[in-house]
Amino acid sequence: MKYQSKLFLGVALAGALLTGCASNDTDSSGQTSDMNTYSEPTQSMESDVSAYEAQEPEVVLENIFYFEFDQATLTAEARRNLDAQIARLQKTTGPIRLEGHADERGTREYNMALGERRANSVADYMAINGIARYRIETVSYGEERPIAFGQSESAYSKNRRVELK
Amino acid sequence: MRKPLIITLLLLLWTLPSVADLTIEINEGKDDPVPIAVVPFGWKAGVTLREDVASIVERDLHRSGLFEPLSRADMLSRPANANEVYYRDWKSLGVDYVVVGELSFGRDNNLVARYELLDVNTQRSILQGEESQSFDKVRFLAHTISDRIYEKLTNVRGAFRTQLLYVSAVREGDNRFRYRLLKSDIDGVGEEVLADSMEPILAPTWSPDGKNIAYVSFRTTRPAIYLHNLQTGQRKQLTNFRGLNGAPAFSPDGKQLAMVLSKDGSPDIYVMDLASQSLKKVTNHFAIDTEPAWAPDGKSIYFTSDRGGKPQIYRVELASGSVERVTFEGDYNARARILGDGLGLVMVHRVQGRFHIAVQDFKRNRVEILTSTDLDESPSVAPNGSMLLYSTTYNGKGVLAAVSVDGGVRYRLPSRFGDVREPAWSPFLYE
Repeated sequence: MKYQSKLFLGVALAGALLTGCASNDTDSSGQTSDMNTYSEPTQSMESDVSAYEAQEPEVVLENIFYFEFDQATLTAEARRNLDAQIARLQKTTGPIRLEGHADERGTREYNMALGERRANSVADYMAINGIARYRIETVSYGEERPIAFGQSESAYSKNRRVELK
Repeated sequence: MRKPLIITLLLLLWTLPSVADLTIEINEGKDDPVPIAVVPFGWKAGVTLREDVASIVERDLHRSGLFEPLSRADMLSRPANANEVYYRDWKSLGVDYVVVGELSFGRDNNLVARYELLDVNTQRSILQGEESQSFDKVRFLAHTISDRIYEKLTNVRGAFRTQLLYVSAVREGDNRFRYRLLKSDIDGVGEEVLADSMEPILAPTWSPDGKNIAYVSFRTTRPAIYLHNLQTGQRKQLTNFRGLNGAPAFSPDGKQLAMVLSKDGSPDIYVMDLASQSLKKVTNHFAIDTEPAWAPDGKSIYFTSDRGGKPQIYRVELASGSVERVTFEGDYNARARILGDGLGLVMVHRVQGRFHIAVQDFKRNRVEILTSTDLDESPSVAPNGSMLLYSTTYNGKGVLAAVSVDGGVRYRLPSRFGDVREPAWSPFLYE
């Protein structure tokens, strides 16, 4: 597990380095990038997905990818869901926003960093699979925006996530 | 019949002086608090005061955990000055000290309080004072008296005229929150909204002179660090980098701001010179480096890093850039705050899956757990080093709590609504 996460970190770093130039280009203009130009998935895209589903029946188009406790590596399920999203996103050109989140355990700022690490994991996986890195913006919300409430493992597991917007 | 009563009650609540979100309950006290009687102050002018000065003093002293005030119902007499005090009566009640006082009109229609602190055992007056304030600052006047009495009896500077920053989150709709940055007196009264947003607000922190604060807001849908002047209300955006912009911390001289930025890929500690806004990178590691906290001498910064696999506290010397690990006990130590005397730190410490506030002294590196609740975070130390505030979860809600640095005293400050967290105790604001 540990070896795997280190390996992934290495891949993530390599990805970050490779895309560093592209990232910097969007830095200055990033603040004004118009989120409205991003169109919601249209009907035609949905039909593409159902074609994909026919191939692999267990895959559904998910906007949320979940993570294990204190981990930023993609689970097999998250990867399957991401593959389906990547297939869709390859047919589009708009900006992609990835929001990283953590559960409430641990300190807020550390969780902010953990949320970013998760969002970067997804971003790197997308980049490796052919999505242009300059399209992807990552923002971490740490533990500030939970979607499940209460102090239970089931709530925590729903909050450890990256959302594709 | 019932309805008018309810309406009357509602009206009554409405017209009561603005009671803040925070009310204090003492959960656990020191084993041997000093018994003290704060006698209601005499008041001859015949005008009803909105605030009870003696009661504010009494609650201040009680909250410190070092004093056990005598209930008013048990008082045999209500002397307003030393001449009216029968020491034997107070001795029979087991009281060590008595505070008496008188209120009157002063010049410019000010309120004047003359008060005395009496030692029951030696039968002597050990402190006499006079404070004057305008009528809208009665609470401040009372806190001033609390500070004087506390200092006289403990030899530690009182911190009753300090303030508190914190963040509240109120759920509005399914997964939406309304975030507010709030400031209040340290007893929770006089709450003031400094920022209000549907995007997260976090990490409020004070400048050492108490005139400015810094915090993080997502109001642009991305995190940025803001500098907010409390006197002018002016707000300035300091950072706008790709990635994390977080955890601001003023240097002890107030000229620099440490922060965490991930613009180069991974989160690192940076220091910004506030006059020129130039940045200096202080740590450089592919792991998470975050939560900077200045050493009191300003020469090094403590921070959290998972460079060893799990989050631990490290220290970087600013001149040389050399980094050393500071915490070794446990597999999760984070968000250090350094005690004012520089002799130790408080931090979030995980034991058996539960998060507590712990203190570690630098001499023996011994870790002592101060809290018994779970999900405890954001410790913030009082400027006199006596207590610290932190946030915890109680009945499923985020609440603020306080604990003395020796662990002997604890109390909770429940919020009326929403979740409150990230308390930041101000520096001393008044002489």
